[in-house]
Amino acid sequence: MFALDQSSAAWRTLHVGLVVVGFFVTWQLAVMLATPPEYLLPAPSAIFQEIMSAPLWFLEHALRTVGATMLGFVAAVAVGCLAAVGIVYSRFLEGTLYTLLVAMNSVPKVALAPLFIIWMGTGLSSKVAISFLIALFVIVVDTVLGLRSVDPDALDLFRSLRGGKLRTLLWLRAPNALPHLFAGMKVAVSLALVGAIAGEFVASQAGLGYVILSAQGAFQTTRVFAAVVLLGVLGTILFFAVDLAERIACPWHVSHRTRDRGREA
Amino acid sequence: MTSDDKFLCIEDLGKIYASRQGQIVALDHVSLSVGAAEFVSLLGPSGCGKSTLLRCVAALERPTTGTINLRGNAVTEPPEDMSIVFQRDVLLDWLTVLRNILLPARLRRLPLDQWRPKAHALLELIGLDGFANRFPWELSGGMRQRVAICRALLLNPSLLLMDEPFGALDAMTRDELNLELQRLWIADAKTVLFVTHSIAEAVFLSDRIVVMSRSPGRVVDIVVVDLPRPRELSIRETPEFSRLVSRIRQTFEGFGMLRGTHVRA
Repeated sequence: MFALDQSSAAWRTLHVGLVVVGFFVTWQLAVMLATPPEYLLPAPSAIFQEIMSAPLWFLEHALRTVGATMLGFVAAVAVGCLAAVGIVYSRFLEGTLYTLLVAMNSVPKVALAPLFIIWMGTGLSSKVAISFLIALFVIVVDTVLGLRSVDPDALDLFRSLRGGKLRTLLWLRAPNALPHLFAGMKVAVSLALVGAIAGEFVASQAGLGYVILSAQGAFQTTRVFAAVVLLGVLGTILFFAVDLAERIACPWHVSHRTRDRGREA
Repeated sequence: MTSDDKFLCIEDLGKIYASRQGQIVALDHVSLSVGAAEFVSLLGPSGCGKSTLLRCVAALERPTTGTINLRGNAVTEPPEDMSIVFQRDVLLDWLTVLRNILLPARLRRLPLDQWRPKAHALLELIGLDGFANRFPWELSGGMRQRVAICRALLLNPSLLLMDEPFGALDAMTRDELNLELQRLWIADAKTVLFVTHSIAEAVFLSDRIVVMSRSPGRVVDIVVVDLPRPRELSIRETPEFSRLVSRIRQTFEGFGMLRGTHVRA
């Protein structure tokens, strides 16, 4: 076992997988031994059976939630990047928009969910809006940081070559900000999922948040757990999708990271 | 000779920085003229203003007083046919070696196809053919600085500014690159302003050495190096070389530097 390189990605994935499997096995054994009533704590096997009893129904609701999450997330990335560029290049936007964003960040965006239901109704758009809002902050802040944290020598190099503002943005600041943007995106994608669920909790006819709330009303605890497990799977898939995109978009950064980790080990 | 002397004319240059402790005189009445295709080193301890002088010539900093003329024209913005090599290579991690070298052409909106053969030729000249499609992070420090030199030479500048370009390299790589730089310079003589704090490096490379002292930064001696070229590393063991080195060392000692323990009367 010690022959395995403990810093390798394969090893870490295996490690996480083993811990998660161990958690479910322990849960299963505990339920089998203590036999609590199913409305308090169902066994993982019962949750699995619940999902398999109506897979298409669960899939439909899951897709609904993923749809709202992705729309909100993509909008947050697009708007967030544009806003970040504006903030870095305009003192006015920095003094107004950025200041406002930072000042308002302590307001829990989830608390605004009922407002969006009033404004936009109980359909998809209100969930997208909440997802968008909750994901936006971290995208803007990380991208602003990335656009600003440019090596001063590199800026001198561009100045000496008469790079100009636009070419300095395209060829220096933007690529330099990519790793920061992806760091922000990894947090934002999980937050966007939280936003979609929050919206569904407040008022909806579909989505995993709706499934959880309606099942809870009927004391169908197993169904609540089934939806939670699916949300866990979804969140993980979304996170690794962003991680994969990062590997494709900025290989130089990923290589730095693995090299640094190798040095620590 | 007199017309050549007018290639780069620095007259009565002064640079004063305001700081919390009051004004810091980085450059004090510095005058210097450099001929076309002359290799001139600026030598002195850190804080003597040699980098500031270089940055003023590059128009990356504005002098407080005095003038800089390049071929009779006042330098107010980075000159067209000037390149800089910094102590750090400042290669862009997201571009291949070839695209890093082509960066000056790209930023000046020149057709890349026309400059690609030149980039390959430079790589071959400096012993890095076969590395064109590698990324900077795959290269050693010495190789990275060679790429930075190729980038500086791409557009065939007539003035090359080098700000302690080999200061971050180990002694052997430094020797190698000194030889390499001399070879390039002999093959295609450009005006070089070379900032260093190594007496031996300055003597080895230069036609003339501008010796500077600190606080305030001023020129205290100009040493002509009339050693024959091409110079081998073994020239450092000749009496002529030692005589120049000790003359410069004595100049520094005369200003209270390089005396070992700081005994103040």
